[in-house]
Amino acid sequence: MSARRVSAWHLVLAPLALCFALPFVWLLLSSVMSNAEINRFPPALWPKGVDLGGYRYVLGNALFPRWFANSLIVASVAVVSNLLLGSLGGYAFARMRFAGSRLLLGLMLATMVVPFQLTMIPTFLMMKWFGLIDSLGALIVPSLVTPFAVFLFRQFFLALPREMEEAAWIDGCSRLRVLFSIVMPLARPALATVAVLTFLSTWNDLSWPLIAINHDTQYTLQLGLTTFQGQHHTKWSAVMAGNVITVVPVLVAFLLAQKTFIQSLTSSGLKG
Amino acid sequence: MSTLPRALTLPAQPATTAQAARRAARRRARQERSTAWAFIGPSVVVILGLSVVPVVWSLLLSFRADDLVTPGRWVGLDNYRALAQDPNFRTAVGNTLLYAALYVPLSLVGGLALALALNRRIRLIGLYRTLVFIPFVVSATAQGVLFSFILDPEFGVANALLHHLGISAQGFLADPDQALYLLVLISLWSGVGFCVVVYLAALQDVPPELVEAARIDGAGRAQVLRHVTLPALTPVTVFLLLWQLITALQVFDLIYVTTKGGPLGSTTVIVYFVWQQAFQMFTAGYGAASAYVLALALLVAGGALRVVRRRQGRTEGGVR
Repeated sequence: MSARRVSAWHLVLAPLALCFALPFVWLLLSSVMSNAEINRFPPALWPKGVDLGGYRYVLGNALFPRWFANSLIVASVAVVSNLLLGSLGGYAFARMRFAGSRLLLGLMLATMVVPFQLTMIPTFLMMKWFGLIDSLGALIVPSLVTPFAVFLFRQFFLALPREMEEAAWIDGCSRLRVLFSIVMPLARPALATVAVLTFLSTWNDLSWPLIAINHDTQYTLQLGLTTFQGQHHTKWSAVMAGNVITVVPVLVAFLLAQKTFIQSLTSSGLKG
Repeated sequence: MSTLPRALTLPAQPATTAQAARRAARRRARQERSTAWAFIGPSVVVILGLSVVPVVWSLLLSFRADDLVTPGRWVGLDNYRALAQDPNFRTAVGNTLLYAALYVPLSLVGGLALALALNRRIRLIGLYRTLVFIPFVVSATAQGVLFSFILDPEFGVANALLHHLGISAQGFLADPDQALYLLVLISLWSGVGFCVVVYLAALQDVPPELVEAARIDGAGRAQVLRHVTLPALTPVTVFLLLWQLITALQVFDLIYVTTKGGPLGSTTVIVYFVWQQAFQMFTAGYGAASAYVLALALLVAGGALRVVRRRQGRTEGGVR
């Protein structure tokens, strides 16, 4: 048998994969259609030319650029802060001895199973009390650090050999310097996992922004998109252009770091 | 611990130095403790402050009649009693259970079938895997907006395709008999990729010797699958079952974006009900009570998940 023979599995897999891709193809196509092409029945299946009217409308008449910036700010602050606070906490739990550490760790782990619906009403009241409702602060504070990040760093540090750290420590390095100059450079897989999952969950979240934000200048992209859709029911090409803008950053990030993404998701699921 | 400290305190040292050393050690332990607290302090405040406090607060709220604005009053178990009588809540529970009963098994079976099909080394396999997985990273909002358009009864491409096939136009998400099933389909489109990825990873761990041995013993492909592969995947299947169940019971974003619980309450799920009570009707106490009912169900699933995982960890450790 020649090695060149094309597998018959392509006949099964290609149409299947196409089913998963088609909605995205339609998303892109309809975002460059003119309203006339969309608003007739039956609608056109292929645009005659590229009409950027939808994109112009979204970028000019709506607050999409502002929402994009808001989402980017919230997601970046959350990523940086989870890396920093998660690694500090994880390192303390992995390497340092102090009274109550086991109890604290257990308590933190237990909070991982608390569903969002149970905490959302009091969290809203607390943010209101802090005066953060209707500002990005209300979105940032609850996502500053997750128990998942602390736990993941702890597990990773526990698996690292102690010798190098101890040598540096005995040489008089502070814990902080040991962590940042010796441990962190070795922790790239853990850093990547926490960064990826934090970005994904904050960028994609809708429920909490929906509760915490009322004013449209403070919307995130997800909240802005769904509100925009509700208000512009007849401007489908503009809605789809906005949708493309919401989806593209995640898709680009995913395609650039596909391996990290998939490893993060499977490891968080299986070993978390 | 390291042997170094013992080497440093070798015998024949004057008592004063020993005392000084002990004092230094104590100072270092104290320093270590304060450093540790400085390291974990921020995480403790954020995580426990925004979970333990709200959990207790929610419980107290659920015993009160509270609109989040005026001072509430204590009503005991009235909220829970009212929930048991509330036909809307019963509908929400029914819808959630129907959604989960369809989504969970279908995503597992579909995920396993796709993973088996994708578990081979042929050209373009990387592309196929990527395409199957990509909907999973897209937000429920984007999915919902996209499918609201595709399934729009007037301007949607779905009815256009049906029109070309000579089938009459459908109501889709506007049809109370179709909406929930379509939402299950949309969730499957995006959620099955996660099961595929987890199953694919697990399939790499099925010992090839076992498959080989079964083949030599004359087992066909179906028999290898049934007697070797599937049993080896059982731990992963249990994990996915509970994980998908927890996800399904908490579905909200997709429903908020597409149907807002309608038409005629046919897609109102529990979390949507909770959100509506707390942030639309301003009956926060009632909302908190319904959240606690859901949390109880999730706790059972989550507890089962932890038990299973711990047992898996033990057996894995035993094998290695």
